[in-house]
Amino acid sequence: MKTATAWLGRTHQGLRERAIRWITRGQRPEGRQLTLDRRCIYILPTRQGYTFALVLVVMLLGAINYSNSMAFMLTFLLAALGANSMWHTHRNLLGLRITRQPATPVFAGQTAQFTYTVDNPSRVSRRGLLLEAPEQSPTEFSVGARENTPVTLNLRARRRGVLRPGRLRLHTRYPLGLFRAWSWLNFDESVLIYPQPIPVEQTPSGDGEDTEPQATRNRAGEEFTGVRAYAPGDSPRRLDWKALARTGDMYTKEFHELQGGQTWLDWEHLPAADVETRLSMLCHLVLEAHGKKLRFGLRMPGVEIEPATGERHRQRCLEQLACFALPAGESP
Amino acid sequence: MRLFTPAPAMGALPREERLPQRSNALPWLIFALCFAMLPHLFNQPPWVVAMAALAMGWRALAHWGRMPMPGRWLLVLLTLVATGLVVTQYGTLFGRDAGVALLILMTGLKLLETRGFRDAMLGVFLGYFVVITNFFYSQEIPLALYMVAAVFATTAALVRLNAGDGAQPWRESLSLAGLMLAQALPLMIILFLLFPRLPGPLWGMPQDESAGITGLSDSMSPGSISELLQSDAPAFRVSFAGDIPDQNLRYWRGPVFWEYDGRTWRFGRDRGEATPQPVTIDEDDIFTYTVNLEPHDGRWLLALDIPLTTPQDARMTADHDLVSRRPVRSLIQYSVSSLPNMPLEPVLSDHRRSAALALPDGTAPRARALARSWREAHEDDGAVVGAALSHFNQEPFFYTLSPPSLPRDPVDQFLFESRAGFCEHYASAFVVLMRAAGIPARVVTGYQGGEYNRMGDYLLIRQSDAHAWAEVWLEDRGWVRVDPTAAVAPDRIEQGVRAALSDDAGLPDYMLRSLDWGAIRLQFELWRDSLDYYWSGWVLAFGPERQAELLERLGLGRLDWRGMITLMVVLIGLVVLVFAAIFLWRNRLPVADPLSLVYRRFCRRLGRWGLTRSAHEPPMAFAQRVGRERPDLAEPVMAFTQEYVALRYGSRPDPERFRRLRRLLREVRPRRTLQ
Repeated sequence: MKTATAWLGRTHQGLRERAIRWITRGQRPEGRQLTLDRRCIYILPTRQGYTFALVLVVMLLGAINYSNSMAFMLTFLLAALGANSMWHTHRNLLGLRITRQPATPVFAGQTAQFTYTVDNPSRVSRRGLLLEAPEQSPTEFSVGARENTPVTLNLRARRRGVLRPGRLRLHTRYPLGLFRAWSWLNFDESVLIYPQPIPVEQTPSGDGEDTEPQATRNRAGEEFTGVRAYAPGDSPRRLDWKALARTGDMYTKEFHELQGGQTWLDWEHLPAADVETRLSMLCHLVLEAHGKKLRFGLRMPGVEIEPATGERHRQRCLEQLACFALPAGESP
Repeated sequence: MRLFTPAPAMGALPREERLPQRSNALPWLIFALCFAMLPHLFNQPPWVVAMAALAMGWRALAHWGRMPMPGRWLLVLLTLVATGLVVTQYGTLFGRDAGVALLILMTGLKLLETRGFRDAMLGVFLGYFVVITNFFYSQEIPLALYMVAAVFATTAALVRLNAGDGAQPWRESLSLAGLMLAQALPLMIILFLLFPRLPGPLWGMPQDESAGITGLSDSMSPGSISELLQSDAPAFRVSFAGDIPDQNLRYWRGPVFWEYDGRTWRFGRDRGEATPQPVTIDEDDIFTYTVNLEPHDGRWLLALDIPLTTPQDARMTADHDLVSRRPVRSLIQYSVSSLPNMPLEPVLSDHRRSAALALPDGTAPRARALARSWREAHEDDGAVVGAALSHFNQEPFFYTLSPPSLPRDPVDQFLFESRAGFCEHYASAFVVLMRAAGIPARVVTGYQGGEYNRMGDYLLIRQSDAHAWAEVWLEDRGWVRVDPTAAVAPDRIEQGVRAALSDDAGLPDYMLRSLDWGAIRLQFELWRDSLDYYWSGWVLAFGPERQAELLERLGLGRLDWRGMITLMVVLIGLVVLVFAAIFLWRNRLPVADPLSLVYRRFCRRLGRWGLTRSAHEPPMAFAQRVGRERPDLAEPVMAFTQEYVALRYGSRPDPERFRRLRRLLREVRPRRTLQ
């Protein structure tokens, strides 16, 4: 019995998936922006809509039984109101323009934020809108007339690699809750998830002569070169607090190393066998070396990044770690 | 077992199932429900509405965190108590009154246990149900208007419930609810006019549905009409196709009684069917008219004495009263033609004659003796009738609405002791006297009189116009109407009850106040009643007959239900098409987003100076080219383009910067160089 139910459930799920695939067969992933037109808005009654229909049938029977004109009138008014609500629910999505904003990479275990700007060019406000990623709880929002609003979906980044929010569903049952209109947002977007840093005892093993991490910790040996936008992983000690107070945005002060120490972060010298653990350790080492302003290089099977410093270098190394040996379908 | 639980923790519910907190949707709903329940204070014992309102008030306080929510066991207890109270009150859970009481209480308790969105939606639907139950008690215009407001409030609460947690301006909820209801009107009217109407009822109606409906009863005993005489409720309204009959012809025929048991008059055993009889008819004497009859729970249909034709779904008895196939439980409308003074039954069969002469043994000995003395004095039946009428006229008889009670032998007591009474006493005594004198006679009940409403061009007959008179059968003339009340109080017939009374004792209130207020009041009453007339004729009485009549008037002939459904579907389709056209026109998509439109204007402006952007050229490259070709434009073009690119590819929309972009567009014009 139990297996039969499970089988039915699976079949139902499968049919559903196939139906959705068939309905949306003509749709290609969108680029940055999409406008909801009539063809991409679907609408069906909600459970409450069916209940309402049942209520109307009972009311109609009562009206017939008592030959009560006002009861007829009310029943027909409510029936017309329910039908009318279909237009309004459909209209609640119609013409909305959704623009995808670039997402910032995060480390595995953190929450990736996908932000969309929803623009309402019409003269009526849109309320009770819900945006949800598959199997996530929806984010609720409203957009006033001729206004726009950012909507953020928080997705937990479980493992390193590429995170795609998948086909989003924008839906609403406003204004009467009798119908639900929805549209699929199929943005071609993804964000890189860096490996979760795992502290490693071993000091980065250099390949010889210049390895002297101690020296680079000396602030006197560094020259202030400017500020740049804060990126996750930057040391709080390097935050430009004054700029933060002034603008509300976070900046990191950049220093340039005067004396050239250089170190290699090497796959082979890590105290772990498993690929993901190694990547996590390398990630930690990259962040540490970057934080210490070391001049470092990264060596992995098939990948070698020449020693360098700076934000771009750090990002390049982290990207390599995130994408290391991903299956072909999962590359960004 | 906890009696209370903390105020609802919304976090436990999935996002979509939560109630909007900030917009107070639940208190709105509670207000709307209380509003819809309020008129039931008149139909139900006050505790019913009060208990429901208290339960909902409790929930409203819980919403604002002032009270804990009741626990499950407390709710079960409350439900059991409420059900028990209804059973105690009505002795049942079924039927209209008990059902409505139960609905109100359960709506209150449902709201009390409301935690999430689904519960609240159910509350809304229950609210619509409460509205419809009001119409089972009254369908008057003021209540209908009140209920429009109730539906509006409930719908506004429904909108708010679905608007999400962002606080929606209250104006927006109200205006959207109003707009949606207004947009629903055309469809409602089409459905109301064309939805095929089945003649109800589908199932039996319990007894209590008809409680409180007044009208003539199917028997007559002393005092039975006097209750009616106190009521100013309309009994029916009549609009004539031609002339309106004079006051002394306005006898509205109802049930005819033959059998007398010494106290109560009842129908004869065999009411039979009217047999068509050859009469010569002068067309000019015929009155043709339409009656809007208020529900009275009996089967008879009132008609001007004497009806010639029979309306649909009715039959005419041998006594020429009209009987409907179904009890009149909602307002109905029918058309009849009548011929006053039409000879009835010129030949009286033997068994009908003996029925019209029967008197129970031992009753009214003094009346019998009096009748015998007239019989001996007069050969002619007509002379006996005349003697009886002059007896009423010359002896000290009084017309009063509050006669002394007549416990023993009503006819003798009335004729020889009290000598005070109203129509039913006179009619009853007169018929007994006639039968004792050997003249076939019967009692006819109905109404007499009617106010003419100039504005609506119809006669209004109130319950207080209820009347009883007699018919005697005379050789060669058939049944002849004799109104003994007219012999005592001719004013009753000429001017109505008010004029016939020597003092105001026992007069209904509405008659008293008309003395003081005068013409304005009268005018207002006229206006109000003609409004009621159209309301009841065109809205409340709208049923299968009226529907057919309307279609015929529109030149569509007699449509069967298939034709009606086809017409309805076609009309609905037309309305939907019109709405769809308006909808598509108003919601057509803008060609591009505002940002692109601004950029397009920018390109058009540069086009004026012969600078056209080619399709493959990115904005920045275009700006640089413009800068090279027209150095005088370089600065504003670059400023604009940088801002545009920042907005287009920036991470956050910023209305302030968008305005700046528009300002920058205006700046794009050639700089004057000083040369």
